[in-house]
Amino acid sequence: MSSATAHEAHHEEHPSGIMRWITTTNHKDIGTLYLWFAFIMLFIGGAMALVIRAELFQPGLQFVDPQFFNSMTTMHALIMIFGAVMPAFTGLANWLIPMMIGAPDMALPRMNNWSFWILPFAFAILLSTLFMEGGAPAGGWTLYPPLTLQTGHALPFMILSIHMMGLSSIMGAINIVATILNMRAPGMTLMKMPLFVWTWLITGYLLIAVMPVLAGAVTMLLTDKFFGTSFFNAAGGGDPVMFQHIFWFFGHPEVYILILPSFGVISSIVPTFARKPLFGYSSMVYATASIAFLSFIVWAHHMFTVGMPLSGELFFMFATMLIAVPTGVKVFNWVATMWKGALTFETPMLFALGFIIMFTIGGFSGLMLAIAPADFQYHDSYFVVAHFHYVLVPGSVFAIIAAVYYWLPKWTGHMYNERLGKIHFWLSTIFVNLTFFPMHFVGLAGMPRRIPDYALQFADYNALSSIGAFGFGFSQLLFLYIVLQTVRGGAKAGDRVWEGADGLEWTLPSPPPYHSFTTPPAVR
Amino acid sequence: MAQAQTQGYYVPHGSHWPIVGSVALFTLMIGFANLLNGASVGATLMALGAALLIVMLFGWFGTVIRESLSGMYNEQVDRSFRWGMFWFIFSEVMFFGAFFGALFYVRFFALPWLSGEGHGILTNHELWQGWQAIWPVAANGPEAIGGKYEIIDPWGVPALNTLILLSSGVTVTWAHWGLKEGKRSHLIWGLVATVALGVLFLILQLKEYMHGIHELNLTLSSGIYGSLFYMLTGFHGMHVTLGVTMLTVILIRAIKGHFRPDNHFAFEAVAWYWHFVDVVWLGLFIFVYWL
Ligand SMILES: [Cu+2]
Repeated sequence: MSSATAHEAHHEEHPSGIMRWITTTNHKDIGTLYLWFAFIMLFIGGAMALVIRAELFQPGLQFVDPQFFNSMTTMHALIMIFGAVMPAFTGLANWLIPMMIGAPDMALPRMNNWSFWILPFAFAILLSTLFMEGGAPAGGWTLYPPLTLQTGHALPFMILSIHMMGLSSIMGAINIVATILNMRAPGMTLMKMPLFVWTWLITGYLLIAVMPVLAGAVTMLLTDKFFGTSFFNAAGGGDPVMFQHIFWFFGHPEVYILILPSFGVISSIVPTFARKPLFGYSSMVYATASIAFLSFIVWAHHMFTVGMPLSGELFFMFATMLIAVPTGVKVFNWVATMWKGALTFETPMLFALGFIIMFTIGGFSGLMLAIAPADFQYHDSYFVVAHFHYVLVPGSVFAIIAAVYYWLPKWTGHMYNERLGKIHFWLSTIFVNLTFFPMHFVGLAGMPRRIPDYALQFADYNALSSIGAFGFGFSQLLFLYIVLQTVRGGAKAGDRVWEGADGLEWTLPSPPPYHSFTTPPAVR
Repeated sequence: MAQAQTQGYYVPHGSHWPIVGSVALFTLMIGFANLLNGASVGATLMALGAALLIVMLFGWFGTVIRESLSGMYNEQVDRSFRWGMFWFIFSEVMFFGAFFGALFYVRFFALPWLSGEGHGILTNHELWQGWQAIWPVAANGPEAIGGKYEIIDPWGVPALNTLILLSSGVTVTWAHWGLKEGKRSHLIWGLVATVALGVLFLILQLKEYMHGIHELNLTLSSGIYGSLFYMLTGFHGMHVTLGVTMLTVILIRAIKGHFRPDNHFAFEAVAWYWHFVDVVWLGLFIFVYWL
């Protein structure tokens, strides 16, 4: 024990000021960096969404030219996916996993620092393309050739910035997987791990498996443009559709990378506020694993209209519909956890409930899109936009917000303002539905996505969506205010914070010591 | 103090190497993108970035080696490194998987469809009537991009290279036995042989590239065949180069006596990597050169 204290004292010599943050190898510091980075990117990507919604408030061209509009849709997606949601989950993983498994820190602390510090540079490159000759990338975040190959000076910058983001994600994921496999306290067997840890183990595996595939796909784009290869050029024997296959082999697991950690968050929060243990823990683990497995064999459901043999359409349709089974298991288990529970509705629970309901809406519209013949109608319409925003905004983003409210008292030692938190929840929930629900209708009626102008009959719903988007965007300033207020002060939070909370992180003081568990805790 | 660190899990102080690496990567990438756009600063920036990256790698690995030699790493730290290396190699497998996937897609779907099979019948009829893809000798597309080419005979240098890489897999294992039995010269000569075989492979591969480009008119722009051939073998060659570099470092460290029979993770990591490079080559030999 005395050796552990010496160890501890040794590391208290960390530098202060900006150098502390630049050179840190501490999982909490790095988690904080990831979370703030994600928050900043959320506002940048959100501002781009508001440019889109301002233009779409009325039919006709008002504010921006179509090229810039397309840049906004492309950049909004790239920033929200790679800059906001993924770093936010990595930040949560950094903060929470060592505390949840009883470890002193992450397995590879220096590499942990590098994983984060690549990101600001990668996004500086990506954002700089806004000011380049030919404008920022405007061919959609899916980067389909040949359209994407018509990007101006921005093309190599965008591709190389994606390489850097991929490098960061792979290193981050390797670190998380190594931490979970190697740093658990004695007695913390795999099937005793909190579900957040489980979902991240599987997410990490998915990241390591598919980010290199994305790297391969964009490398082929780069060589097709600059080195004379013919990967996506039919005249040379290649095939532009091949890009879509490679891209979506990455892209579909990627959507689970964006959602699986949310399942972990919700599985932590619901039992706490239902004051009951999670219903069906092991089925949750197996469901997550099956979702991850299925995610590798469904990619072409993004390509039903592109030209595929009938056998392909059928295989990808049925495989995709199978995913509804493990996902249904999860939703069932959350509801069953609440069944006859002593429920209270603090802010994290409200966001978790919002998640369960609205993610399920997005899941059902996904099931509709999975039906190949129906998809011929929905493809590339606003229905698709409605679908994936339902799983990503009131899905992933709500889960991240829920996680922040749930663990912020642990991280800072202060309680957030419950009244403001509830207001934030209701504003967000009302506006997010106002934004995205009408998109189902305009989509089914035939409004295409990625278009700055539209036919008159879509005007009313688009105006509603735009009002909702501005409302949702500005509501997040309230979130920023609440977080800052909590960081700076507020009522003292106890160790356990929530009376129903269970798990090793609640046995540590709030805020926890610099190194989480210098001696491994005893695990029941 | 030193003893305290052998007991707990070693969590290093802050490190400035990652940020140096980020700046290096940033400079390298900005330089490369500028070079591709035809801006004159590109090459200079790239050189600067690459130099800084090398400084970073020396500094970072140097620190890790020093810490390892002073006994700061316990068994658990060693296991973290093992998991890290394992998953890194897995990510590399998936990277090659993307290119192998492209190879199979082109051979089994794209080219037959362009030749009019299945739903490609109208495309072929309307756009490129009568064009037939013949893998590998006429697979540069209906517009024969890059002109007529010949392929590299698999049973010449490529077969020899297969033999060389397989032998190098044996020599590195032989060196590992030497290390585990504490036979220094056995270890060192095994590594010397492995490095030599790796270098020989690279020289032969370069000569074969020259032969392909100058005499067979097989270039990176020989349609999809040339694209797949050079990208797959080229990325493999880059990995062999990296592997040879790492083996050389390991050889120098072995000469300096850094490894103990029961503690030599760095050696094993490089050996794993070398076997991975070996297996990728087998895939290349079978599916790119031979079949
Ligand atoms: Cu999908």
